[in-house]
Amino acid sequence: MEHAGLADGELDAESADWLRRLSASDGAPRVEAERELYARLVRIALAEVNRRSGSTPVTGQELTDIAHQAAGDAMLAILAKLAEFRGESRFITWAYRFVILEVSSKLGRHYWRNPPVALDTGQWERLPDRLGVDPQRHAEAAGILAEVRRVVDDELTPHQRRVFVAIVVDGIPLDALAARLGLRRNAIYKVIFDARLKIRSSLVAKGYLDKPGMEQR
Amino acid sequence: MSDLDRLDRFLRTDPRDVGCGEAMAVLHIYAELAAAGQDPAARYPGVGAHLAACGPCSENFAGLLVAVTSG
Repeated sequence: MEHAGLADGELDAESADWLRRLSASDGAPRVEAERELYARLVRIALAEVNRRSGSTPVTGQELTDIAHQAAGDAMLAILAKLAEFRGESRFITWAYRFVILEVSSKLGRHYWRNPPVALDTGQWERLPDRLGVDPQRHAEAAGILAEVRRVVDDELTPHQRRVFVAIVVDGIPLDALAARLGLRRNAIYKVIFDARLKIRSSLVAKGYLDKPGMEQR
Repeated sequence: MSDLDRLDRFLRTDPRDVGCGEAMAVLHIYAELAAAGQDPAARYPGVGAHLAACGPCSENFAGLLVAVTSG
């Protein structure tokens, strides 16, 4: 497989065939290509929800339904963005990206139908597990955990604190929180990124961590 | 790896990290390079840095890689 990075106009034969058929003005070949692509998207979506089934509270028929919804929405997005395909990968890889991202997003939204932990719960007693710092094994653990809590309480804005507690303390999946708060996942990630910087800086200042971290981007 | 090493690894940030949006925009290229046995992080170091730090995006990458390699 040696397709990634092809310049425009250098499509491999299979990708060119997909584009030709999906763009055909003649209805029958186009419908057949759409049917074939949709079948592939459904297969990939079903495999993906199955692969993720151990890490989501969504189960059973709901998972199957999510897979079919993801395939349908991915199909619509692919057809709407067909002209944006630049041949930087095989067409089918580009198409599969849509369905994988749809599965991820939909699992995030469905998380709230039966969430194992509610938003704003704040399970601080689980922080040692979350951060992998065992007070039984490290005399410094109590100080580290207290400093993390202090930074979160004193140095983060209410919004940053809410996001940090949801993701890091309560273990709510990023896609689920993004769906609940109506934010892009990148916005959530940036909050956590900045919180990591602040916490590490503070732990270094207190002497718990001894090497400088990387600079902020 | 000790507990403190794990904590340090979680807290460390990479200035090359491009964030979720940029990483997901090229995920198809990244996955195809990986499936071809190449090193996609060499071509997209910022995406590699992001996938190393962002569990959800890393999960998307893993899913796409499985999809690509399974046909």
